[in-house]
Amino acid sequence: MKLFVNGKEIEVPAAAMEKRIVEFLREDLDLTGAKNACDVGACGACTILVNDEPCRICIKLVKDFGGQRILTIEGLAAPDGTLHPLQQAFVDRGAIQCGFCTPGMVLTAHAFLLQNPRPTREQIRHAIFKNLCRCTGYQQIIDAIEQAAPHYRSVASGISADVEDGILPSGMASDISKRSKLATASPPGRMPGSPAGRRPAAT
Amino acid sequence: MPELDKKSWRNDAYAKVTGRAKFTDDLKFANLLHAAPVYSECVHAKLIAITTDEAEKLPGVIRVLTAKDVPGANRFGQIIQDFRIFADDKIRYHGDVVAIVVAETREIAIHAAPLVKVSAEPLPAVLDPEAAMLPGAPLVHEDHGTNVVNTHVVRRGNVDEGFKQADFIIEETFQTQTIEHAYMETEAAVCVPRSTDGVIEVYGSMQHPFSTRRFVAACLGVALSEIEVIGTPMGGGFGGKDDTAAIVCARAALAAKLLNRPVKMVYRRDWSMRESYKRHPYRVQYKMGVTKTGLITAVQCRIVADGGAYCSVTPWVTWRSTVQCCGPYVVENVHCDTFGVYTNNVVAGAMRGFGSPQMNFVIEQMVEIAAQRAGISGIEFRRRNLVRQGSVTITGQRLAGHTVAMEQALDTVLREINYEGKLANCAHGNGSGELYGIGLAMSYRGVSLGGEGVDFCAAIINAQADGSIFLEVGVHENGQGSESAMSLLLAEELGVDLERIRYRRSSTSNIPDSGTTVASRGTIMGGGAVTLAARELKGKIAGAFCGKLGCKAEEVRFKDNFVCGRSDSDRIAFGDAMRQMWQMQQFPFAFGVFKAPRVTWDEHTGQGDAYFTWVYGCQAVELTVNKKSGKVKLLNAVAAHDVGRAVNPEMVRGQIYGGMAMSAGYALHEEVKAPDGRITTLNLNTYRIPRSMDLPEMKAIIIENPDPVSPTGAKSIGEPANEILAPAIANAIFNATGQRHLSLPIRLGALPEPTTCGEGGK
Repeated sequence: MKLFVNGKEIEVPAAAMEKRIVEFLREDLDLTGAKNACDVGACGACTILVNDEPCRICIKLVKDFGGQRILTIEGLAAPDGTLHPLQQAFVDRGAIQCGFCTPGMVLTAHAFLLQNPRPTREQIRHAIFKNLCRCTGYQQIIDAIEQAAPHYRSVASGISADVEDGILPSGMASDISKRSKLATASPPGRMPGSPAGRRPAAT
Repeated sequence: MPELDKKSWRNDAYAKVTGRAKFTDDLKFANLLHAAPVYSECVHAKLIAITTDEAEKLPGVIRVLTAKDVPGANRFGQIIQDFRIFADDKIRYHGDVVAIVVAETREIAIHAAPLVKVSAEPLPAVLDPEAAMLPGAPLVHEDHGTNVVNTHVVRRGNVDEGFKQADFIIEETFQTQTIEHAYMETEAAVCVPRSTDGVIEVYGSMQHPFSTRRFVAACLGVALSEIEVIGTPMGGGFGGKDDTAAIVCARAALAAKLLNRPVKMVYRRDWSMRESYKRHPYRVQYKMGVTKTGLITAVQCRIVADGGAYCSVTPWVTWRSTVQCCGPYVVENVHCDTFGVYTNNVVAGAMRGFGSPQMNFVIEQMVEIAAQRAGISGIEFRRRNLVRQGSVTITGQRLAGHTVAMEQALDTVLREINYEGKLANCAHGNGSGELYGIGLAMSYRGVSLGGEGVDFCAAIINAQADGSIFLEVGVHENGQGSESAMSLLLAEELGVDLERIRYRRSSTSNIPDSGTTVASRGTIMGGGAVTLAARELKGKIAGAFCGKLGCKAEEVRFKDNFVCGRSDSDRIAFGDAMRQMWQMQQFPFAFGVFKAPRVTWDEHTGQGDAYFTWVYGCQAVELTVNKKSGKVKLLNAVAAHDVGRAVNPEMVRGQIYGGMAMSAGYALHEEVKAPDGRITTLNLNTYRIPRSMDLPEMKAIIIENPDPVSPTGAKSIGEPANEILAPAIANAIFNATGQRHLSLPIRLGALPEPTTCGEGGK
């Protein structure tokens, strides 16, 4: 069986088929961004995207994902390490505290903005309501998602956010081909050398 | 650096937003073993025997460890050494661990745990703290002689006289519930025996590396230098990653030491919920005497805190409750008796707020009840009684030396939310559909540990020959952005770019024990140490270059990555200066220590200068209550807090939002349920923390009155933000429904018809 993880084809060993997929990703592929925090699908810390849809993987097995396209948090930034504009917005808006919910939260927001690049704050609030965060009260997370939305509109329409903002006809955003382009593009975010984005953890 | 970046900068943001940050469970080591805890089903029982054979026979199980395997101290505690690494004489609560199973995989360890058989003789359990204090109650700790862990008092003035001066007296009894920290990351430890020197390296999710080291070393019976606790990103603490987190590390370290292999112990959520300590439930009987002009003449209160099975920090939590038992109001006559009590319930210990959320829920409703009786608004009542510059607190402390910003915080919130304008719109139970209400609460809070104990902190700055700089501070990164705040302060003090500064991965083997990162003390204590170290370093650099710069040492300035003389043209690039110092055989190295100013406390009278400075905050909330369902919807919330100075404003706001959210959960949703001493709310699907849809848009206003006792001017925000939204919600619900709720969490059913406006039901 094959999986497509962050753009790479992965051949799953037979012995791993019955594993929980969260353990397969974390242990076998060393993609530890998805966190185990409840083991019952209640908190969203393990969220990844499967064919652009958020999926809680702590309760799912590897064999359920044959041939599926998986995006983990490790696959969202550009290959050179440049943050995706959504990630950059999380950094800019102070949306990160302890960081344990962050990967699942960012991916949930990413899937949501692919579907709805012109959301109201109430819609954003609704989109993340299954992802628990104990640090932030969600306020700055919602700020960040709101900040990133114009990027999704601009990529969907192929023109810059500043020009596009307010012009894009509704419905265009749901164009499938553009959505898929958006999901896989490496858009120009702030370079990793910039002050807010660069520093690796102190660890 | 652009201003926007500095306002939200975090050294760990990139790693956390890309999934690269390695939390404890993400760490991998060769030959890793896994451990799982073994519990008994008892709540209170005499331990007879633990049978491990069957579990140890299971393939993959390496060993089962119990109290008899502990070479050092099995009992520990920050105040009373009654906490057990493993139960050794009795089971005192449902979360007591009798053994751990160590196995080749986590699955095997979990599978084997139920095979460990615990033989125990049940004892009568005591679950009600009032009953626990009665003569003849079963004793939780026989050697303590009583179930009363501790008492505190305040004796000020003469309450009998005070009540005589009152025109009316209000008496109410309040009850708060047990709540869980619900940090997203559960307790976790990986302990690794270092082959070179036998030191046990401890990686774990804890907010007190030094107490962890103390407990691990004591458990193993080795010197402090034999244990190295290494800083690891932590997925939330909120006061909850102290004792239990340290025990988990001690158990994993014991296994690592005995088996000479790395051992990982990551708590499953149900273990964490079952075993970890909680916020104390309080019962508070409160009597307030008030004149018809709305002045408080006396307060008498009796506070009973259920500490659960072990002491933990109950004496300290209840001390803060005692010191702050009248809120930010001047009361001349006070008689307060506080009891921390052992029961067979889950242990209660430190949680964000530390004894203040319970008391503020009481006080901020009492003042509204009193105002209503006096026929004045709650705001006017507060103004007539609140602390101002030079006021004397109920413990006899004169509030001076810092800006007493209580009224400033109140006015800021009133203005921002248009409180008094909206008050007229409150439904008071009248009308149908959604009933509108607005409510408010305020508090003051003593900063840092106060009379709880030793309070000082160290920082090390080590500039390198190329101008890059290592910083390490004795406070811990709990997820709040401590490392970033410390780095920002250093960059500002040295006039250098943040990029030069590398915050060292913390290690208990490198920096002196600077206490625990609790009590909202991180920024004030750590920042103080950084500033003092930076000043020492600047003195060394100035001494080395004042000759070259043609000025006196005290005239040397540090700005824009240069060491400057009197004029900006007399300057040496910071990197060049560091290289030259090395050539001059001088180390640009500094060690700074900030010691908290002296506090005083008389345990017999409850009088003294309890804290060296105070912070002030106010929060208001608008909501509706659905008359048919009783469902509460929060519409809007505003907070204003004097933090002294905001080092990282986005992070300060984040603390405020997060604190308000947690307080909303305390008011409306959260409750650890344990009908017979056994917790039934064991996961995040049954223990309900606020979700995004439960919360309103929030506004956080930062008030800055730099505090002269703080070298940086900065004070605190973590806990002040988390202690007043619950009473604000209770007050808003009253204004919406006419119902007064004196117990937490607030449970509203369908509202009665008709409701009499202004009469408090219960």
